[in-house]
Amino acid sequence: MNLDAHIPSGPMAQKWDKHRFDLKLVNPANKRKYEVIVVGSGLAGASAAASLAELGYNVHCFCYQDSPRRAHSIAAQGGINAAKNYQNDGDSVYRLFYDTVKGGDYRSREANVYRLAQVSANIIDQCAAQGVPFAREYGGLLANRSFGGAQVSRTFYARGQTGQQLLLGAYSALSRQIGLGKVTMHTRSEMLDVVLVDGHAKGIVVRDMVTGEISRHSAHAVVLATGGYGNVFYLSTNAMGCNVTATHRAHKRGAAFANPCYTQIHPTCIPVSGDHQSKLTLMSESLRNDGRVWVPKSQEVANQIRKGELKASDVADVDRDYFLERKYPSFGNLVPRDVASRNAKEACDDGRGVVPSGLGVYLDFADSINRMGEGAVRERYGNLFDMYEKITGSNAYQNPMTIYPAVHYTMGGLWVDYNLMSNVPGLYVIGEANFSDHGANRLGASALMQGLADGYFVLPYTIGQYLAEVGPDDRPSADSSEFAGVEEEVRGRIDRMLSIKGRRTPTSFHRELGQIMWEKCGMARDAAGLEEAIQKIPALREEFWSNLNVPGENGSLNQSLELAGRVADFLEFGELMCRDALQRAESCGGHFRTEHQTEEGEARRDDENFSFVGAWEYKGEGNAPELHKEDLQYEEVKMTQRSYK
Amino acid sequence: MGKQLNLKLKVWRQDNADDPGRFEEYDANGIDTDMSFLEMLDVVNEGLIEEGKEPIAFDSDCREGICGTCSMVINGAPHGGQQGTTACQLHMRHFNDGMTITIEPWRATAFPVHRDLVVDRTSFDRIQQAGGFISVRTGSVPDANATPVPKEDADLAMDAAQCIGCGACVAACKNASAMLFVAAKVSHLSLMPQGQPERDRRALAMVQQMDDEGFGNCTVTGSCEAACPKEISLDFIARLNRDYGCALVKKGEV
Repeated sequence: MNLDAHIPSGPMAQKWDKHRFDLKLVNPANKRKYEVIVVGSGLAGASAAASLAELGYNVHCFCYQDSPRRAHSIAAQGGINAAKNYQNDGDSVYRLFYDTVKGGDYRSREANVYRLAQVSANIIDQCAAQGVPFAREYGGLLANRSFGGAQVSRTFYARGQTGQQLLLGAYSALSRQIGLGKVTMHTRSEMLDVVLVDGHAKGIVVRDMVTGEISRHSAHAVVLATGGYGNVFYLSTNAMGCNVTATHRAHKRGAAFANPCYTQIHPTCIPVSGDHQSKLTLMSESLRNDGRVWVPKSQEVANQIRKGELKASDVADVDRDYFLERKYPSFGNLVPRDVASRNAKEACDDGRGVVPSGLGVYLDFADSINRMGEGAVRERYGNLFDMYEKITGSNAYQNPMTIYPAVHYTMGGLWVDYNLMSNVPGLYVIGEANFSDHGANRLGASALMQGLADGYFVLPYTIGQYLAEVGPDDRPSADSSEFAGVEEEVRGRIDRMLSIKGRRTPTSFHRELGQIMWEKCGMARDAAGLEEAIQKIPALREEFWSNLNVPGENGSLNQSLELAGRVADFLEFGELMCRDALQRAESCGGHFRTEHQTEEGEARRDDENFSFVGAWEYKGEGNAPELHKEDLQYEEVKMTQRSYK
Repeated sequence: MGKQLNLKLKVWRQDNADDPGRFEEYDANGIDTDMSFLEMLDVVNEGLIEEGKEPIAFDSDCREGICGTCSMVINGAPHGGQQGTTACQLHMRHFNDGMTITIEPWRATAFPVHRDLVVDRTSFDRIQQAGGFISVRTGSVPDANATPVPKEDADLAMDAAQCIGCGACVAACKNASAMLFVAAKVSHLSLMPQGQPERDRRALAMVQQMDDEGFGNCTVTGSCEAACPKEISLDFIARLNRDYGCALVKKGEV
């Protein structure tokens, strides 16, 4: 497998400029002879589809939602980073680059990250010009806030809904191109497979989620912007529809899947309230600025709290364990996401959780309310406290919040080179769906940045190289045998799911898979647990294919069938994640192997043996996938052990 | 764990756009008050599948009140009538044991039913495509701080921009008017300096498309504002009317 990243030569700061000059161009008059498929309409997909159409390409954009405006980028709360240095506080492209590489625990590709930092400033310009109502100061200039993992204020935001506002910006650009006829939008359309012709990605097979019609679409190139795979855990902060199908299907057609074990767990989510739980809700990380995290020192007291015999306020200060402040005196409650999450888990594993399920810790604002007054706390966090009360029915001004970590983002994704092309020629992967920029851990406010960087400012340049090389005639007919073959496989899979008529619902399989993944491949992993999961998942998969119950038929809107297809792919993909977590016998970023920790219980990296991207090749049904390695070379940044003591 | 409720559901079932549709009744027993409304429907659906019946089709995605996908009328009120709350954030603790809950889709000519509670809202997208944008190409823009925006304007634009495009305003309106939606979109962009060059043509084009889609007229009863999960103010409709009127005058059509 060829894993040449095609990183341009020359000094880091000049690579992208040089590369843009070296890239082949498509003549403006020829651009209209090309068709490009973009799957997904979130920040990456919508910005790419709009920008490609502006250049003159004919774009076909697909999304499973009823409108491109609803993609899950919309749910991002906090903000978007950019190296604007508007605060004059010492920020620069180099500092954003450095922070991102360090935050990723030295497992990302330097050249890609440097480019990301370079184009970050253009993103803010672009969004402001689209009318995105960013927060502003009284002088009319843009406001910034600080965010985890950085010592400068470089985060731009729009109240608590930066994601929605940026997505509406990209969606407005996309809508303009749809109106002009340059983008054909296919909503409620789920991509079920990618079609390769002579080894090149030349189209997709799609199911219309209203009529059930299966259709073939051919193009000169295919762009996947289909987001992350956090729903493999069943419960996550992802939307209900988020899935791995597009990237997993591409993987099965030959695209390498890189670092699937890198998942990010967010520490401040509302705990699970029961078996009925369908998703987890994130509470902004900013709450840790003024809230103190604690559990009782004694298991007995915790047990009484769980039974409802004691309240938080009944526990005296000396009987409380403010474990983050105790273990990390200099960072306290503001340690990075992975550290905060792991420590909450440890406290709960020790029998000191404070919610009925045992899986929750307190986030207490009593001291802040005493110090600043309730009004000041309300001003800062009022909307979050309201949301908390809406969901839990509990008033966090009077009682401490309860929080627990939840799966939030996936750093792994399809392997791509510097041009964001996978190892399958003509198949591009952008946004959360690719692996390249966040290493083993993503910093807050960097997901929005990466999605828009890829879609607005990277892909529109780099895809031209491939299109110019293959020429406008290289678009096979959708009637070709390759397309017919893939369609037949897609139909076969659907028919099979509908014909089993077993006893278990798609959701019950999804929930069981999620439990395995969360217990064995979640916040803390070890070899024995991962090996157990690798045994259990195939058995569950087997049961899925013999005992699944999907009611209804293909020829109509059938949400059970949609879910079953996604769960089928998660059941294959989950095993790959566990294999990747097992091979990576080190701890780094969001990947914590309990066998590999320092004496203080911190993640211990093994740079000598694991400073590589783990890219998996699919080897066919029933065969173990093969691991390929892309070595990571650090020219600019010196690798060090992170410390937050 | 919260308390347990036993409920009766009266749910609109409709196989496709051509089917006349009907109400069907279901028992929802042992419902935990900590569940969200949609999780309650998930539980009912799991039961239906196990009985070999087709589950109730309904739209939802983010389940945290921001994507605007969920769309159902609960006991006559879009999203269930809790102030500033989408159906996905409505929790069962607001219901009483033994209640009968009626669940219907958005009802509007411009939102045809796909199935059960799932409706087609692409008419909203077409209104946006008619003019809900600022025409800038990627890359051809000035520095973000080159154009200062008064904080008051930016904040007011943000109030309008909070619209999640769910369509509750249409469902709440006796005329099935989309004025609050269009007003939010037009106001957001007309409050920003970047939106000025296209201000007139935007208002005209979006209102024209709204009318073409078959939405009703606005008689300013304000039920849209009451139902809006993002609490978008009726004031924006006044702002849209002003923009629209000015644009007509400038065009010489009044």
